Amino acid sequence: MHIEWAALGEIFLVAFGAAVGVIVLFSLGVAVLAPPALGARGLGGDVPLGGRRTIATLCFLTCVLVVGYGIYLIIAR
Amino acid sequence: MVVVIISALLFDFTNGFHDTANAMATSIATGALRPKVAVAISAVLNLVGAFLSIEVAKTISSGLVNESLITPTVIFAGLVGAIVWNLLTWLLGLPSSSSHALFGGLIGATWVAAGASAVNFSTVVGKVLIPAFLAPLIAGVVAMSGTYLAYLLTRRADREVVSRGFKSGQVISASLVSLAHGTNDAQKTMGVITLTLITAGALPVGSAPPVWVILTAGLSIAMGTYLGGWRIIRTLGKRITEIETPQGFAAETTSAAVILVSSKLGFPLSTTQVCSGAIFGAGAGKRLAAVRWSLAGQMALAWLFTMPAAAIVGALAAQVAGTGVLGTALVALGGLVIAAGIYVLSRRRPVTAANVNQPVTSAQLAPSAA
Repeated sequence: MHIEWAALGEIFLVAFGAAVGVIVLFSLGVAVLAPPALGARGLGGDVPLGGRRTIATLCFLTCVLVVGYGIYLIIAR
Repeated sequence: MVVVIISALLFDFTNGFHDTANAMATSIATGALRPKVAVAISAVLNLVGAFLSIEVAKTISSGLVNESLITPTVIFAGLVGAIVWNLLTWLLGLPSSSSHALFGGLIGATWVAAGASAVNFSTVVGKVLIPAFLAPLIAGVVAMSGTYLAYLLTRRADREVVSRGFKSGQVISASLVSLAHGTNDAQKTMGVITLTLITAGALPVGSAPPVWVILTAGLSIAMGTYLGGWRIIRTLGKRITEIETPQGFAAETTSAAVILVSSKLGFPLSTTQVCSGAIFGAGAGKRLAAVRWSLAGQMALAWLFTMPAAAIVGALAAQVAGTGVLGTALVALGGLVIAAGIYVLSRRRPVTAANVNQPVTSAQLAPSAA
């Protein structure tokens, strides 16, 4: 019996890295963009709106790039 | 041979509406996409995904069973087993694995027709069973970590805005799952059709699927997807746990990542199990979220039964079909009668695009949980 542990491990690591990475980046983007709830200090609260928008855009753009690269890897084989 | 190809496409069709849920259940549940729009997007992307990668098709058409020992009739019998099991679990709203139904059916039919030695059990265990067991766990752990971090990072921000942000993200992540689904599940049918062509001598052993096979398989899974398996969508979207947009986003991103990586490596894993695992994980990742773990037990049970059950139907079908043309016709007729019966039963308590998001009452739960 031949179990491809290496391949299974690869699936776990790559999937973990890609999925958690994208989720964290996206959450950061959302968190930076969203105004803090009443009485709480939000992420980057002291940064002006324009700057926060730039940071958020960067986060979202990185997500898109990661996803795009993943699809590229699959097509290119 | 034509009959086999048609039944393979039929299987693909059931596969499509069985698995729409995987990609779209959480988006429909959170309201990120309207049900009809969701299935349309999913259908198109399934077709696209079918063209992206053919690694999984290769695993199936070369290696699971010994091509030189079986005939198209055997494959036909296997497909009947898979279709019957798929329809039955759909009726019950159970997100069981279409892939395992297919493998089970094929293995059962091959076993009866050509003996146990014609089945490559080591490939079955190494490429199907072990990944089947691990994939949902992997997806669960990843989705749990992702969900936990998503809530941690956005905990101080305004709930409304966060919810809206993730809702937009879900449109993309759900689309990715559909794409991933095409790269894994549409492949399975392609693999089977290619296997048929090989056993019939139309293609050399070890060939990759021809373009017309990729196209028809992609189209039939897309059509099945568009019809929508509302029953299973309700199970995944509403019954496991009430899903909020960050959870939906985390679950979908995870499923897409796990499936795409596996497709790339040629593991024909069950997209259903990955997505279910991810949804359970996303439920658990938000503290104090109410996950219905009893449902996990039920689903695991259905998963355990899938391969043997489909194998038994496949074996029976192979036994009958092996007696000649009349036997094959009998199997086809039997399959049609069962499918029609299940369809009639499903009309009694239909689940449609209109009522898929309604709260599930205990009266509705009871029969489908039986």
